[in-house]
Amino acid sequence: MAFFVEVLVGGLLAGVMYSLVALGFVLIFKASGVFNFAQGAMVLAAAMTYAGLVDKGWSGWMAFLAALATMVLFALATERLVLRPLVNQPQISLFMATIGLTFVLEGVSQAVWGSVVRGLDLGIPDTPLEVKGVLISKFDLVASATAGTLVVLLALFFQKTRVGRALRAVADDHQAALSVGIPLERIWAVVWAAAGAVALVTGLLWGSRLGVQFALSQIALKALPVIILGGFTSIAGAIVGGLIVGASEKVAEVYLGPIIGGGIENWFPYVLALLFLLVRPDGLFGEKRIERV
Amino acid sequence: MIYREAGQFRTTYAADTRIFPIAQDRLGMALLLAAAFVAVPFLASEYALTALLIPMLVLALAALGLNILTGYAGQFSLGTAAFMSVGAFAAYNIQLRLPWMPLLVTFVLAGLISAGVGLVFGLPSLRIKGFYLAVATLAAQFFVDWLFTKVGWFSNYSSSGVITAQRMVIAGVPIETPERRYLLVLSIVSVLALIAKNLSRTRTGRSWMAVRDMDVAAEVIGIPILRTKLTAFGVSSFYCGVSGALWAFAYLGTVEPQAFDLQRSFQILFMVIIGGLGTVMGAFLGAAFIMLFPLFLNWLFHALVRGEVRPGLLSQLELVCFGALIIIFLIVEPLGFARLWQIAKEKLRLWPFPH
Repeated sequence: MAFFVEVLVGGLLAGVMYSLVALGFVLIFKASGVFNFAQGAMVLAAAMTYAGLVDKGWSGWMAFLAALATMVLFALATERLVLRPLVNQPQISLFMATIGLTFVLEGVSQAVWGSVVRGLDLGIPDTPLEVKGVLISKFDLVASATAGTLVVLLALFFQKTRVGRALRAVADDHQAALSVGIPLERIWAVVWAAAGAVALVTGLLWGSRLGVQFALSQIALKALPVIILGGFTSIAGAIVGGLIVGASEKVAEVYLGPIIGGGIENWFPYVLALLFLLVRPDGLFGEKRIERV
Repeated sequence: MIYREAGQFRTTYAADTRIFPIAQDRLGMALLLAAAFVAVPFLASEYALTALLIPMLVLALAALGLNILTGYAGQFSLGTAAFMSVGAFAAYNIQLRLPWMPLLVTFVLAGLISAGVGLVFGLPSLRIKGFYLAVATLAAQFFVDWLFTKVGWFSNYSSSGVITAQRMVIAGVPIETPERRYLLVLSIVSVLALIAKNLSRTRTGRSWMAVRDMDVAAEVIGIPILRTKLTAFGVSSFYCGVSGALWAFAYLGTVEPQAFDLQRSFQILFMVIIGGLGTVMGAFLGAAFIMLFPLFLNWLFHALVRGEVRPGLLSQLELVCFGALIIIFLIVEPLGFARLWQIAKEKLRLWPFPH
């Protein structure tokens, strides 16, 4: 039983890490209806910038600010050069454009910082903590606390601020939002910058876990089942989805894996999400679509 | 002047419904096919045949399959490579376990098996739409990949992981030289392209398009959604399956799951988008572009850069250019090459007169 709880808690905490990636996706989809495949590459670019600058002898805070500034610049450039010319195009074109963006980001960040694996030490001890006989990683706890803080901040931002309200208006109807005088372009730039900031935090946490390397951009694939499970438009969904995926993936790997031959963590979340979708086609917390002829 | 349809009257129903109603189009197509079947095998070098033309044609076939699903029926899929993989492994296992089976029948059967798998993964499309469906098709991608790697039966318990495809023999003639392999691929692809073109003009094709434009409305006017979406998945997976079998047998000569990873799915999706959604021709133009452009970039960079460069830097710069070009192309011509071709034809109709 203690072993099961340990697996479960480990899975839940890993799930929070997935949620972090998923958050970036949700932010952008919610505000602009763009399915941003480049989120993984943004995580990579942010983490590489940070690790590269620290390697050059910058202090942690300076590197953090510089990486943040890079991500904001990237957001502004994306809005100006990619999104604005593609307004009103079908969603699939925008999706393909973000795949193109992924190539650009991956290429640029590797060309600038090289393709060596860099370690990243945030000064968080990765020693296990024992609570009632269950071992919990301290690092995972810090990561979840960070994710929790981010979610609360984003929720407040969306609900309480003027920009947040404008964001929700844009998400609801581009044209109506424009006609009441909401600056669409500025809103998009803000959202992409916010997603860039989330990517930076994600990149730091994942980077200190796995090392800053090319594989970081693949974690986007881990986040996809999370967002379809939780719903593309729900921040809470990203968290709950992450927890479900993380926990069930670990439990399945430990208990089901030996029976059918291991290595199932690649597809299990997808099949799980698919089963959830059959019952709720818009994810757990996604907005219901109403279709009219 | 040359591209003018004045004076070409369609006096019968059959003449009105032919695929190329304009005589110049028919002539052009005949010339193109003649060049592809007769001139190319004589003129092209072995490298061009084996490393360029064969994979281009095979991927064009897969792009055609995806185009049926995404371009005609409007169902978004990221699992194309998985269905290719199913086709490749099915063809290998049929040849392995039933050695008397003729090669072409094997390919058809491989396509049918792939179509069956496609039907299973197409079932959720009834409930799930748009990007939810796209992500759900990734389940097919990862599951199939895992299945063929983990379950030894599919690869005949090969320990090395590299499985050699069987020799290709059709009616006693071994297909081994690059020219013969090219001709085999070209024939299969031409026939399937013709079928796809015709299919898009039948009742089935029209109902696909109705479902693509708005499925609720299509249902209201009496189009059976279930059957329409599933036939799209089935036919699309059939094409992808045959393409996968050809990839393994005629191009690589080996059967391996790694050849059909997510990157392959994206590559084919690029071909469809760049070529033009919902056109048969777009699949070919897109495939040619996506195959040739990286080679061109590679050549360009090696020609421009002299001296020592950090290893990997060139390939990273190529990646950047490729990504940027995709974005530029989407902005400049979101409807793809097929649309450019159409515009060119309209212009040609008037040329050289201003009106």
